[in-house]
Amino acid sequence: MQARRIIVIGAGHNGLTCAAYLARGGYDVVVVEASDHVGGAADTREFADGFRVSGCAHYVYQLNQQVVQELGLQQHGLEYSARDLSTIALSPGEQRVTIGPGGLSGPVTERDRSGHQEFTRLTERFAGLLSRYLNQAPPRLANGTRKDRLTLARLGWDIRRLGRDDMRELLRVGAINIYDVLNEFFDSDLVKGAISLDAVLGTHMGPRSPNSVLTYLYRLAGNGVPRPGALALPRGGMGGIAAALERAARAAGVEIRSGTAVGRITVSHDRVSGVELTDGERLEAGLVVSSADPRTTVLSLLGARHCETGFVRRIHNLRCRGNAAKLHLALDGPPDFPGVGAPDLRHRLIFAPDMDYAERAFNPAKYGEYSTEPVMEIALPSMSDPSLAPEGKHVLSAIVQYAPYQLKAGWDDGQKQAFLDVALATLATVAPGIRDQIVAGELLTPADIEARYRISGGHWHHGELSLDQFMFVRPVPGATQYALPVDGLFLCGAGAHPGGGITGTPGRIAAQVIVEGGAA
Amino acid sequence: MSVAGKPVSERVLRTAFYSRTSEANLLNKWHSWRGYTTADAYYDASIEYFACRNATGVFDLCPMTKYRITGPDALAYLDRLVTRDMTRIKPGRVAYAVWCNDAGKVIDDGTIFHLSQGEYRLCAYGRHLAWLLAATLGFDVSVEEETDEIAALAVQGPTSCAILKDMGLDGIENLKPFGLTHFDHGQLMVSRTGFTGDLGYELWVERRFAENLWDRLFEAGRLRGIRAMGGDALDMARIEAGFLQAEVDFLPADQVVRPGRARSPYELGLGWLVDLEKANFNGRRALAREKAEGSSVWQMVKLVIEGNKPADASYIYAGTRKQVGFVTSAMWSPVAKQNIALATVKAPYGNNESNLHAEIYYQRELHWSRVMARCEVVDKPFWDPPRRRATPPADY
Amino acid sequence: MNSYDAIVIGAGHNGLTNAAFLAKAGLKVVVLEKNDYIGGAAVSRELHKDWIYSNCSYVCSLLRPEIFQALDLARHGLQVTPYGGSVTFMRNGDYLGSYWDHEVAHREMARHSRHDADAYQRFAAETMRQTRFIRDFLLRTPPDPTSFRYRDIKELLAIGRRVLEMDEEAIYDTLRFWTMSIGDYLDEFFECDVIKASLAGSGIIGTALGPYSPGSAYVLLHHYMGEVDGNIGAWGFARGGMGGVSNAIASALQAFGGEIRKEAEVQQIIVRNGKAAGVALASGEEVSAPIVVSNLDVRRTFLNVMDEKDLDSRFLERVRNFHIRGSSGKLNIALDGLPTFPALPKGSSLMHSDMHFIDSLERIERAYDDWKNKTWSRDPYVDMLIPTLTDPTMAPPGKHFMSCFVQYCPPELDTGEWTDQDRDAFGKTVIDQISEYSPDFKDLILHVEIRTPRELEQEIGLTEGNIFQGELTMDQLMFNRPIPGFAQYRAPVKGLYMCSSSTHPGGGVMAAPGANAAREILADLKRPNTVPENFGDD
Repeated sequence: MQARRIIVIGAGHNGLTCAAYLARGGYDVVVVEASDHVGGAADTREFADGFRVSGCAHYVYQLNQQVVQELGLQQHGLEYSARDLSTIALSPGEQRVTIGPGGLSGPVTERDRSGHQEFTRLTERFAGLLSRYLNQAPPRLANGTRKDRLTLARLGWDIRRLGRDDMRELLRVGAINIYDVLNEFFDSDLVKGAISLDAVLGTHMGPRSPNSVLTYLYRLAGNGVPRPGALALPRGGMGGIAAALERAARAAGVEIRSGTAVGRITVSHDRVSGVELTDGERLEAGLVVSSADPRTTVLSLLGARHCETGFVRRIHNLRCRGNAAKLHLALDGPPDFPGVGAPDLRHRLIFAPDMDYAERAFNPAKYGEYSTEPVMEIALPSMSDPSLAPEGKHVLSAIVQYAPYQLKAGWDDGQKQAFLDVALATLATVAPGIRDQIVAGELLTPADIEARYRISGGHWHHGELSLDQFMFVRPVPGATQYALPVDGLFLCGAGAHPGGGITGTPGRIAAQVIVEGGAA
Repeated sequence: MSVAGKPVSERVLRTAFYSRTSEANLLNKWHSWRGYTTADAYYDASIEYFACRNATGVFDLCPMTKYRITGPDALAYLDRLVTRDMTRIKPGRVAYAVWCNDAGKVIDDGTIFHLSQGEYRLCAYGRHLAWLLAATLGFDVSVEEETDEIAALAVQGPTSCAILKDMGLDGIENLKPFGLTHFDHGQLMVSRTGFTGDLGYELWVERRFAENLWDRLFEAGRLRGIRAMGGDALDMARIEAGFLQAEVDFLPADQVVRPGRARSPYELGLGWLVDLEKANFNGRRALAREKAEGSSVWQMVKLVIEGNKPADASYIYAGTRKQVGFVTSAMWSPVAKQNIALATVKAPYGNNESNLHAEIYYQRELHWSRVMARCEVVDKPFWDPPRRRATPPADY
Repeated sequence: MNSYDAIVIGAGHNGLTNAAFLAKAGLKVVVLEKNDYIGGAAVSRELHKDWIYSNCSYVCSLLRPEIFQALDLARHGLQVTPYGGSVTFMRNGDYLGSYWDHEVAHREMARHSRHDADAYQRFAAETMRQTRFIRDFLLRTPPDPTSFRYRDIKELLAIGRRVLEMDEEAIYDTLRFWTMSIGDYLDEFFECDVIKASLAGSGIIGTALGPYSPGSAYVLLHHYMGEVDGNIGAWGFARGGMGGVSNAIASALQAFGGEIRKEAEVQQIIVRNGKAAGVALASGEEVSAPIVVSNLDVRRTFLNVMDEKDLDSRFLERVRNFHIRGSSGKLNIALDGLPTFPALPKGSSLMHSDMHFIDSLERIERAYDDWKNKTWSRDPYVDMLIPTLTDPTMAPPGKHFMSCFVQYCPPELDTGEWTDQDRDAFGKTVIDQISEYSPDFKDLILHVEIRTPRELEQEIGLTEGNIFQGELTMDQLMFNRPIPGFAQYRAPVKGLYMCSSSTHPGGGVMAAPGANAAREILADLKRPNTVPENFGDD
């Protein structure tokens, strides 16, 4: 038994982050990755000859700046091809509103402008408070350590420190839906549609679903580039982040074995003893840290028999129904989005013309059907980073919602083609000529994302981000502080606190918990 | 399942032996056990009780919940489910076991019959299909309820073995306690188990064979004092044997509402059923902690109480002032000639150094009196005759 | 003589309760009611000859027994009779009955799913744990979490203690329960559609949430936390209809010397020098009192009968943003005889119970989607009852009254305001749905009264027809109800109080808001408290 040896399962960005911190904490770390490249869902893929896109997530807006600094990601090659991108809300006509650092521009009312200021002030304040607690292990609510109790007390104190008005506002809006809140601040349907989409991207929620304020705050609580909520594109696509993390990890002494999948986590006397690879090879270790989602980790890799029935039932009930499909298009020239000037195409484009539209897009997902009029977040990364496409040509990367993982009809080729047609038709309402420019394309449904990235349900948070699966109860009671019931086994992926997105935060906190706990 | 026009929910449920039990029930004393019409007593509870202590009493236990557990992982599944080491229970053996929730609190107790390799029957007082199915996650095993399909009789008492022999069950005398065997080409299963703490057997058949079984049994037992026995008599016998009754002496952990009302096996005096050395099982981590820290909050104790006033629902005191617990089952034991009780007391008061007293209220011609009666904590069952274990049993 | 110690606006059950406790403390109180009848939504009326019935709220469970006892309502004529169970009819011709006896209920559930029948035991225990938790807070004033006052901190600590009394797992389950959707919650216990559908109803009744909207699990609790004679979660009929509740409280009020004036519509709350001074009636008459208590919902109180200049703009904005969403409608039907439901066993006790005609969560969720799209549900969730089977005095012998509560029904249609044609079409949707399961039902109809949110608002002043006078969502519960910072029954104007269901603990004929408000008023007046405490339940 090699006590100081840790195996990290999965070289996703959280796995790499965790591995790097653990190695710096003095452990002997091996990362085992099933696919032949690192990055997991933070990858860049060439989906057509010479055309490359970020395979899953495509914008950076939550990357933990402590991770960037402490691991020296910039020294290890992290670069952005664009920073501080604005959001342009598209309507089926040519009406456009830009939501940027300077506020709103476009056809909006005075109430929209002042509402935006107040809304931004308030949500950034709440997100700021939240971010402190998203950046540390969540305390246990009872039977906790002194540290847990102190954290809780400080949380209470921090909420009080918001002052009476803001505190009341936080307690009021914290658990409700973004739909009602945006109606209190804004007139413009386009603005409300675009902001509400931020609240529901990647979730099984519509703007009217209570909890969607929380998801909005979560998004905002990450470290934007360069300010909260601001978007950036990594050079070379999301794989650029993975590459920097890989270098940082290797520099710290991490060994990365890719192309070898873990078949199971081995247990001896209720303690992990290592992993067994699918080819039968056994790797011994004192600790195993899994960046796979909780369901995969517990049910597939560990095996239910090593845990208690109630715990297994909780893991089984963890909701992780992915709803976001990914559309990648290779274009033979710059696309034309009427109303958006050519230089502005580098910004993020949102198609969610109003909140009711977004809510209607969500409705079918509840019944296992895809939206016939979907909402989209569109990126044209080659506008900022020409290396992603052959000269003069472009790539389009879009998140298209809603495409439920458990499609009643099943995601066969016919259904995929039909949904692709829907997505392209929707795209054509804001970029009429785009179909003629497509030279290649692909659509990844949540089922594809599950298969490709080994994420249960293809859910990018590895588990729905809603209050009943958040913070004190994430992913499930009994595993909220990264340790699983079997000694020596930890979670470090998006399923753990605080959640998904390209953050590195779960990986970082998990490593801290392990190092501070002096485990092994 | 809609039979004869009315769905099962709006019909009275009858056990497979109802045609026989209804004929036998001179007192017309019944209660609803899980909806089934079952006898409290047939002619006189104390005579029925003495039948099982002196000759043979027959109890209809059809309403006991029964599950059939099969599949390649059946053993692994059960071993993870219960606190006992099930790998030691070979085919043809029966295990009394408890199963716990994650927190190490008892959900229920019951008997597990290892019918053949990979095939088990679990028999319990409560209904647990939801939990048993949740526990199948990750195991290649199937769990099916067969309560209504399987009829069962408990045949308990000193002459029970002889009666079964007379019934033609050759070699039954060689069946050891907690053994099981089959007769009639497998149609009849007999296990040497029971809830009376005496020599006794339980007979298991498919529902369609039930009435025939009853008739054969009573015919065979005619000369050996066989009698039908109701719930009242069985309850007396089980208290003497020191057996716990779910929903009386403890509550299923997944159904308690108030904090602290569930019990661990240690707190129920069933620590001997917990094997912390075997592979992981539900509640193991919590139980290991409880054992290591000595953090049991309660103790289940068997009490012999001075005097002859039954201590039903009595408070238990350490000394005569400090209230430390309460009685869950109590009776005057006709066979032991003792005033006995099962009680739950706060740890660590469950010992004779605590000088326990029971606060007993009793009524004589409408007037209530109160006594504080000294209690002695005993380890052994109140009634535990050697014949219970003798193989072969003496031929009465 | 036009001067009182206190004026209560609106003779709904909360207004009457409030006035009764004030009068009991010796205050000279008048209740002003715009209609020519009292009771608000807890009312019995004869709208078809010889049929007397509860035409708004129709069953009784939440009415706090402490209030029942303290106001001696039994002596004032109130009798609540429990009724049992429910039935959900299925499209395949079968049904799911829910019986009050848990053994029979288990058997019936097991007919549909043995797993679910057993799972229900744990479900019942877990929801009971939540119920016990919330019941403690019904007759208490919510603390202000932003305040450092002694009583607020004490009350907050009391809540904290109640939480920490639970096991750690139970705390997490509580946190999850309060934030989950009833659909997700039920999915964690059950596998069978009709069982989930039958349990989900309590999570959506009266609210603009679908079964898969987070927060709807709490709404379930709101319907579970009542009792009849200690049977927690039981529902009953008030003999003579829900008007029996209001009439009994009114009688208690009058016995304490209080006064009720009907057809006295308040037009304006008069504020002088920043203090409530009385009210001006529509007739032009002025009634003066240093204490004015409004039983109107908060929107009506502050936007309709007050002068905006008496309130600050931030508060008014909050009032405007207070969500009172109409989501329900009602049909009251007089029947020539008892309709038959061929799916039920002959003579089944289920005829006495609540009946529902929607057998899956998906159908309920789709009904909610219709509401979001501003149409009434084409396939609605109907909570139907025939109270005359339990209380035969409410209709001529052999005749029956049927009460249909309908979810969802929007306050405004995609085509604009409700018209009479829309209303009739809505009624037809409901009648058609019931007819699918009762072929002779249509022929027995003598009279139908259809209530959309429009009628409910016009007649009894329920804004948008919302039965809770404000949504039961997290932004409007406990210390957020009705408005953060104003959850202790005091309006921003001195001497002005709120006692409607807009305040904690919300609607459902509990009478707790009225009682809680009275306790606060008496405290401000430094009068002895007449409002009872929780019976408590260890």
